[in-house]
Amino acid sequence: MNVTRLGNRQQLQQLLAFGGLVVIFVFFSVASPYFLDWANVKGILLATAVTGIMALGATLVIATGGIDLSVGTGMTLCSVMTGVFLANLGLPLVVGVLGGLAIGALIGLLNGLNVAYLRLPPFIATLAMMMVAQGLSLVISGTKPIYFSDVPGFGQLAGGELVPGLPNAVLIFFVAAVLAGVTLSKTLTGRYALSIGSNEEATAISGVDVRRWKVVIYVVAGLFTGLAGVVMASRLNSAQPGLGLGYELEAIAAVVIGGTSLRGGKATILGTVIGALIMATLTNGLRIMSIPQEWQKVAVGIVIVLAVYADMLRRGKEA
Amino acid sequence: MTDGPALLRATGISKSFPGVRALDDVHLDLRHGEVLALVGENGAGKSTLLKLLSGIHRPDAGTMELDGAPMSPAGPRQANELGISVIHQEFHLMPDLTVAQNIFIGREPRRAGLLIRDDELERRAGRLFERLGIPLDPRQPVAHLSVAGQQMVEIAKALSFDARVLIMDEPTAALTETEVATLFRIVRDFVSPRTGVIYVSHRMDEIKEISDRITVLRDGRYVDTLPTAGTATRDVIAAMVGRQLATGVRPEPAPGVADREVALAVRGLSTRALLKDVSFELYRGEILGLAGLMGAGRTEVARAIIGADRSSGAVEVNGKPVTVRSPADAVRHGIGYLSEDRKRYGLLLDQDVVRNVMLSSLPGMTRGGFVRDADGRRVAAEMVDRLSIRTPSVTQRAKNLSGGNQQKVVLAKWLVRDCDVLIVDEPTRGIDVGAKDEIYTLLTGLAAQGKSIVVISSELPEVLRLADRIVVMCEGRVTGTLANADATQHHIMELATRFGADRSLVTTGGDA
Repeated sequence: MNVTRLGNRQQLQQLLAFGGLVVIFVFFSVASPYFLDWANVKGILLATAVTGIMALGATLVIATGGIDLSVGTGMTLCSVMTGVFLANLGLPLVVGVLGGLAIGALIGLLNGLNVAYLRLPPFIATLAMMMVAQGLSLVISGTKPIYFSDVPGFGQLAGGELVPGLPNAVLIFFVAAVLAGVTLSKTLTGRYALSIGSNEEATAISGVDVRRWKVVIYVVAGLFTGLAGVVMASRLNSAQPGLGLGYELEAIAAVVIGGTSLRGGKATILGTVIGALIMATLTNGLRIMSIPQEWQKVAVGIVIVLAVYADMLRRGKEA
Repeated sequence: MTDGPALLRATGISKSFPGVRALDDVHLDLRHGEVLALVGENGAGKSTLLKLLSGIHRPDAGTMELDGAPMSPAGPRQANELGISVIHQEFHLMPDLTVAQNIFIGREPRRAGLLIRDDELERRAGRLFERLGIPLDPRQPVAHLSVAGQQMVEIAKALSFDARVLIMDEPTAALTETEVATLFRIVRDFVSPRTGVIYVSHRMDEIKEISDRITVLRDGRYVDTLPTAGTATRDVIAAMVGRQLATGVRPEPAPGVADREVALAVRGLSTRALLKDVSFELYRGEILGLAGLMGAGRTEVARAIIGADRSSGAVEVNGKPVTVRSPADAVRHGIGYLSEDRKRYGLLLDQDVVRNVMLSSLPGMTRGGFVRDADGRRVAAEMVDRLSIRTPSVTQRAKNLSGGNQQKVVLAKWLVRDCDVLIVDEPTRGIDVGAKDEIYTLLTGLAAQGKSIVVISSELPEVLRLADRIVVMCEGRVTGTLANADATQHHIMELATRFGADRSLVTTGGDA
C-alpha cells in the first residue's frame, strides 16, 4: 500500500474541515456586511467557547469508542455547584472555581466507574448521568438561577479581557484546547484512549489495565465539563439550572464534524476546535441573514450528515 | 531422557470450555536451546495450549514449570515478565497507532512521568528493527501495513521483551518466501543455551527446516514427540490424523453422480484478499465436502457465493447464471448459508424457536401487513417434528437449546424458506459427539430428499463421513477434488498442505 498517499488523505480530512470553515466564513461575509464585524466575530468565538470546552473532553471519550451524553447537564450542575460554593457559601473565589472543576471530575469518575467496572454501555451510563445531573441542578438550586452579583471578580473570569479585545472565555478555550491536545497526543491517558478505541482487547492483552485507564479518561473529560460549567456561569454571571440539555449533542456534533470517529481510535483536538467553530459560525451567520431559528437547526443537521458521510468515505477507502 | 530441568514443561494439562473438552492430559517439554514444533489438525488443541502457557486462560488441571520452578501466569503481562513471549495467530495490534507505539504499548518512556517521549519510542523501535533486520518504519500507522508487515510487528513486539521462551502460532501464514527466510534467521539468532522456541505450524517443510523435535496433538490429547531428523513427513501426518478412522462410516457411493443435474456451479471465483480461481460443481442431491486448513479460504468461498463479500467469477444455479450481490439475492435463488458462528450469524438467541424459524420467510407469513404468528407456530411445530428438535415447546428461547438443537433450528429456517442449496459451515462445531451423529443423519436425509449441500468442515472424519465428493483447498486455491471412495485423511491432508509451488510439501504418501 502506498503510505504517503494514505498519510496525505488523513491530512486532507483536516484540511477539508478547515476548508469548510473558510468557505462558510467567506460565504457569510459576502452575504452579510455585518458578519465580519469584530463584535460579531467575537460573538462567534464566545459562542464557541463553552460548547468547545465540552467538546474537548468529549473528544477523549469518543476516542475510546465511547460517548458522553452527560457533558451538557453535567456542565450545568458544575455551574450550579460553583454558585453554591461562591454565592451561597461565600467561599473564596479560587476554592469555588476548583470546587466546580472537582464536581466535573466527580461526574466523570462515576461515568468511568459505571462504564469500566459495571460494564454499562457508555451511552446508557452517561444518559443516566445526564438525567441525574439535570435533576440535581434543579433540586440544589430550587429551580431558580443563582446570581454571582455579590461575588467580586467572578464575572471577569470569562468576561474580562486579559488580551485586549479578546474575552477571557475564548482565551480559556484556546488554552484548554492546547492542554487537551497535549493530553491526547503526549500522555498515557490519550495514548491509551486511542489504543482502547482502536482495539480494546489487544490493548488489554498488551498488559494495559484498560478498566483503570477508562476511569482516568472519563475523569479527565469530566474536568473539561467542570471548566465549561465555570466559564458558562462566569459569562452569564449566574448559574442557570434550566440550561444545558442539548449542549451535549452540539458538543458531540463538533467532535464528529472535526473528523474524530465515533468508532474510536482516531481523534483530533484541532479538528474538534474547527468543528466547534463551524457549528457556531453557521448558527451565527444564518441568524445574521435573518434565517429563522427553526431553519438554522435544519442547516446544522445537514452539515453534520455531510461531515460524517465524508469521514465514512475516507475510512471506507482506507479499509 | 532430560538432563536437568526442561526450560518449559507442562504436565497433565486439561482444559474445558462450555461444551468442549479442549485439552485432556496433555504434556509438553521444551529443552534449552531447541525449537520444538507443535503440530496437529485444526481443533487439536494447539492454540488452547498456547493460551494456557501465555496466561490468557488457566488450566483446569495439570502443572507448568519454567526451569523447574512452578509457574502459573495470571495474565499475558505476567507471562511476559516471566520471560514468555507469544506471537498469536490472530494479531493483537491497534491499527490506528504507529508501529513503535504498538510495540511499546504499556511501556512508554516519559518525560517527568507525564509526557510520552515518542522520539525515544521510535529510536528504540528503530534499534530493535535494526537488530532483527526488519525493514519497518517505526512511525507508520499499523493500519497502513500489509498483513506480512503486521506479522513482523507482532514478532518484533514479542522480541522486545527479554524473552526466554518464544512461542509462535502459525507465524508464516501471511509471509512471503523472503519474509519467511527473515523470520527463520530471527528465530535462529534468538535460540541460545538459555532460550527456546515453540513453533506451531501446518507447514511440514518449514517444520523440517527449523525444528529439532515435533510434538503431536490430536483431538486435545498428547500423541507423541518425535525427533525431526529421521522422522518422515509421512509419519508426522499419520500421527496427526491417527489411523483408527479408516474404518469410519462412509456414505453409500452415489450411483452415476455425473448424470445428475448441476444444482450449483461456481466458476473462477476470486477475491482480492484470498481466493484464486475457485471452481466446482454441486450436483442435485449431493453432499460436497469443502476441506482445508484454517485460512485455506473455505468460508470465504461460501461468503463469496452468497454475496457477502465482493468477488469476481460466475455462479450458476440449476444451469442458469445468476447475479448474487447480497445474501438476500442468494436466498432468492434458493441458496441458504449456515454460518460456522451460529450464535452470532445464525440465531436470534433471545427469541423463541418460532421467531427464529420464521425469520427468513416472514413476507410469506403476513396478512394485510401483519405477521401471522399462528402460521409461524404451525410451521415451527412441523419442523420440530421433522428434524426431531428437542425442545419443551416452540416458544422456548433459542439460547436455552443445546448446540445440536440450535443447529437444527437454523436448518429449519432455511428449509421453511425452501432453499434447495444449503452451504453448511462447520455444522458440528461446539456440538457434543452424540448430537453430531444426529446432524449427520439429518444432512444425509436432506440430500436424499433432493437438497444439495456443501459441507465446510475442518474435521476430516466428518468430511469423509458426509461428503460424496471432496474439494480440497489451500491458500485460496482448489488443490484437488476427490471422490469419497478414493479419499483418505492422509490424502486430503497432503492436498490441504500443498502450498505455493516452490515450497510445496514433498509428498511421500503412497495411497494417491
